[in-house]
Amino acid sequence: MKRILLSLVLIASLLFTLACERKGGPGAGGDSGPIVIGYYGDLSGRTSNFGLSTKNGVEMAADEINKAGGINGRQIQILSEDDEGRPEKAATVVTKLIDQDRVVALLGEVASGNTLAAAPKAQAAKIPMISPSSTNPAVTQVGDYIFRVCFIDPFQGDVMAKFAANTLKAKTAAIMLDFNAPYSRGLTEFFEASFKRLGGQIVDKQAYTQGDRDYKGQLTAIRAANPDVIYVPGYYGEVGVIAKQAKQLGIKAPLLGGDGWDSTQLWDLGGDALNGDFISNHYSVDDPSPAIQKFVTDYKARYGNVPDALAALGYDSMKVLADAIKRAGTTAEPQLRDAIAATKNFAGVTGVITIDEQRNATKPAVVLKLQDGKYIYQETIYPEGMTPPPGAPGSSSAPGASPAAAAPGSSPANPASAASPATGKPADGTATPH
Amino acid sequence: MDTFVQQIINGLTVGAIYALIALGYTMVYGILRLINFAHGDIYMVGAFVGYFLAFQLGFATGPSLLGLTVVLVGSMVAAALVGMAIERFAYRPIRKYARMTTLITAIGVSLLIENVFVAQLGAAPRAFPQLLQEQSYTLFGNAAISKSQILIFAVSIFLMLLLQWIIFKTKVGTAMRAVSFNLSSAKLMGVNTDVIISVTFALGSALAAAAGVLTAQYNPQIDPLMGIMTGLKAFVAAVLGGIGNIPGAVLGGLLIGIAETFVVGYGQNIGIPTTFRDAVAFAILILVLLFRPTGLLGSTVQEKV
Repeated sequence: MKRILLSLVLIASLLFTLACERKGGPGAGGDSGPIVIGYYGDLSGRTSNFGLSTKNGVEMAADEINKAGGINGRQIQILSEDDEGRPEKAATVVTKLIDQDRVVALLGEVASGNTLAAAPKAQAAKIPMISPSSTNPAVTQVGDYIFRVCFIDPFQGDVMAKFAANTLKAKTAAIMLDFNAPYSRGLTEFFEASFKRLGGQIVDKQAYTQGDRDYKGQLTAIRAANPDVIYVPGYYGEVGVIAKQAKQLGIKAPLLGGDGWDSTQLWDLGGDALNGDFISNHYSVDDPSPAIQKFVTDYKARYGNVPDALAALGYDSMKVLADAIKRAGTTAEPQLRDAIAATKNFAGVTGVITIDEQRNATKPAVVLKLQDGKYIYQETIYPEGMTPPPGAPGSSSAPGASPAAAAPGSSPANPASAASPATGKPADGTATPH
Repeated sequence: MDTFVQQIINGLTVGAIYALIALGYTMVYGILRLINFAHGDIYMVGAFVGYFLAFQLGFATGPSLLGLTVVLVGSMVAAALVGMAIERFAYRPIRKYARMTTLITAIGVSLLIENVFVAQLGAAPRAFPQLLQEQSYTLFGNAAISKSQILIFAVSIFLMLLLQWIIFKTKVGTAMRAVSFNLSSAKLMGVNTDVIISVTFALGSALAAAAGVLTAQYNPQIDPLMGIMTGLKAFVAAVLGGIGNIPGAVLGGLLIGIAETFVVGYGQNIGIPTTFRDAVAFAILILVLLFRPTGLLGSTVQEKV
């Protein structure tokens, strides 16, 4: 009797699941009704500042598009899932978004390790995924449905190596990496190669893992090697503490990092100890370009804080996706995938986005100096083969640079000019369906 | 030379934290023959109580000695109550059953505390407010010691001496020692064993909470799962020193701390990667269990508390 009851319950629950799944099916996948887009990120785990910022950016972009009439008359609906910053959970929630919620496209994740875990699911289901900010090269190598709107680590590592060797005139560097993070290992590899090529020398290399309580052992060893700079390509939670403990040990060499540092919690943990350190990042909030200033103002009005780079990239990823859906005229595959792949000279907040053959975005990076809770713009470094935008030499991100940069029509980094140069219509370019 | 001295200082700092937590493991084991696996989580609870106290009482705005003292003592008291409650509601009802039952209950309590905290507060690390004006003092050459390290040394030495005094100079301490010799005989002699066991849990938990607040001054990142690895290592420290033996717990803690730091600082020179720091404690545990199961200071007949 018990057995029969149990099997009845099981069958009932199975039927229920099937019913639910079918309900979400045809409506969401078709060409009418709202366009359902899945976002997944770390909303409660160790790197939740990343996930929450990105989600803010994505939702703000979606709202702007919806207010302007949606895409081809259809509204966007964002479904968010929390992966708690765990790769296995990322794969699970992405499977859910694809199978149960029938999303037409996916946005996420920030940490490369999590994106790498989820990407094969999207690829297998042939659902396009745009990562706003995963910089490890392996991410888009998963398959032809995986894209990103940020630069990649070979470039980001190279940027810091160039900055260290050319601007800071560093001859020796030590590296302290987060051993279990693909992001950190990738950056280490590329920084090392680049720095050596520029004539520098790596004098020590130490590793830590997320959740370590003490970093002084490694830092003491690094101090003994006496490097000019210390490259710490980690995430904000650990980096803040590392900076603090480094100062306690009397280490004077500046710490250099990547976009993984960019979070308000960095300052809660590191405080004054962070002053004088440098990071490479996707954009600078000090950039006078009107598009960036409008984004910063709108974001502040909506969420009450200054958008970090991850919010900006989340915003851009949504806008790129919306642009592709509009051009494809459908959310069916492979038309949507092809439309994303064909993205060219899209003017985003974080720069002009062109998706290359490897489905990566080729973009410049900025170097910022950390000072009293602020990120102060230092310089913009362009990838090899990419020249600074004409009319605004090297200054699409430089505050106080030539006023020409701000004049409409002079710089491709200005969305107003790039989206609709003839009419000067709204910057997002989605207002008029066609 | 200054690098070597620096690594010793680093190791002792970490070791002092392990020692404070190991004391709780060893005291409870001495009295109940129970490995209280929830003890590492008490350390986490201590850090979080300190965190909320600092914000609620307005000490989070800037460093102050008063704030530090209030937060430290407050979290010790709160953790002592939590420890007593765990004993009262989780361990006492099943004390008469086989020891395996209590052990598994302890693991259950540990998971319960961790997951309640994750559910309520989220797993994201928080930044513990700085209650101590940080400053470094150079000893010689490059060797430096920071104020938070001095604080850890000073407070843990004070607490260890205080514990020693309680155990050997007070009536409660005498009763604790009696219970650790033989629980039923102590009961027959008129010792209220339930109260004494409660006191033992309270003392151990207070020490763990102190470790939690102190470590948060050294490394301000706190999260609901911070007690797992630290707790396990403190447990290894207690076994290394001889579980049930109080000076052994301190010695074990300091040795594990130094061993760990040396793996990080010098391991690479002999081909051991830095990331083996967590493995070294457990390698030591295996060696101790193989070659000297009673630990460094433990013996089969001993005075346990």
